[in-house]
Amino acid sequence: MSTIQALQSNSKLITEKWLLLQASEEGDFADAQTEEQKAEAAELVTSLVKSLTENSIDDPDSDAFSKVKENVGILSLSRARQGYSPRETATFILRLKEAMLEVLSSEITDAKQLYADSLKISKILDNIMINSFESFIKGREDIIMRQTDEITEISTPVIRVWDGVLALPIIGTLDSSRTQVVMESLLQQIVESESSIAILDISGVPAVDTLVAQHLIKTVSATRLMGAECIISGIRPEIAQTIVHLGIDLSGIITKATLASALRTSFDMLRYDVVKKSERKLATGA
Amino acid sequence: MTFTVQNREEIAVTIEKDAIFFRNAVKTYATKISMGLLYQTKIITAASEIVRNLLKYGGGGKAMIETVTDGRKVGIRLTFKDSGPGIPDLDKAMSDGFSTGKSLGLGLPGAKRLVDQFDIRSTVGVGTTVTLLKWK
Repeated sequence: MSTIQALQSNSKLITEKWLLLQASEEGDFADAQTEEQKAEAAELVTSLVKSLTENSIDDPDSDAFSKVKENVGILSLSRARQGYSPRETATFILRLKEAMLEVLSSEITDAKQLYADSLKISKILDNIMINSFESFIKGREDIIMRQTDEITEISTPVIRVWDGVLALPIIGTLDSSRTQVVMESLLQQIVESESSIAILDISGVPAVDTLVAQHLIKTVSATRLMGAECIISGIRPEIAQTIVHLGIDLSGIITKATLASALRTSFDMLRYDVVKKSERKLATGA
Repeated sequence: MTFTVQNREEIAVTIEKDAIFFRNAVKTYATKISMGLLYQTKIITAASEIVRNLLKYGGGGKAMIETVTDGRKVGIRLTFKDSGPGIPDLDKAMSDGFSTGKSLGLGLPGAKRLVDQFDIRSTVGVGTTVTLLKWK
């Protein structure tokens, strides 16, 4: 019997062996194999053995395997998204190879032919495996890309802390693109909420170098052009000393150590008085 | 003066994101030798200045972090190398307020003021090497 025939007529056996090998791999989770997974495995094996022909068996890059590769790719992608480890994903295909070679060794009796054909099958499956790995990595990269987008989106909230007072806590590094986002959303919010004071809180910025300082100065200037005042708060002691050593002049800007004192300053500027209830009673004589 | 190098790591800097990674690596090294928060901030800020220059003018390059000791003190030494156009007039580049770009012109002189030892070598057409050292 030829190798192709042997594999094609035994596709059911290969699937069973494969599932068994996977189950032994998963140990305690053996019963986790769902009907869906079993059907998936059977389909994959069937399409793989079907794509084996006299021509394609000698050429691992043959187009005959494109359908199988596509299926394996989709499977690997979904595994990456579900949080499977690379090892788990790799063993998944490696076990299929093991199952196929086992079946082959029981069907082919001639040692020379068995060796030659095992090599061919190995090559084909290795190729599929590389494909699976590429898809797996791609799946992970997609996740990273999505997270990067999410981070940029959530990292620049403009908060209305009081009537006419906006606060913008900046967390992380302030690079050129972030500054652009910060400036745009801040200026937009100043118009929308008709605010006259904006507080930029840099407590969450790890280091203020000349470029970050320049970005801050630009943001303040732009805010002033809109007719609003800008206060920079959250200047930590070590940041203050570093700014002085760098020789950056921030004296034209109102700066505060904490967001609380920045808010107090904005109340002063808006001529609000913050008084405790009991003290107010005393003052009015009520 | 000769220093003993205890730990070394080299990081390629080609995009702005690498700068963030490098800065975090410097922080890790500084924390490892229990450098104070002020000095940490100073060396990180100085590193940040040089990396920005490396990216903007040098077109990217390599940055090396080392933990060095002279027998008594422990410190962090950073070496930056690029193969960019080089700096024609180093004295000018090291003076406050001079910039060929549209920046504040405080990066190089500022970085010098933030560290204990500062060394810059540049050959036009070959590249620039900057070394910073900050004792703990």
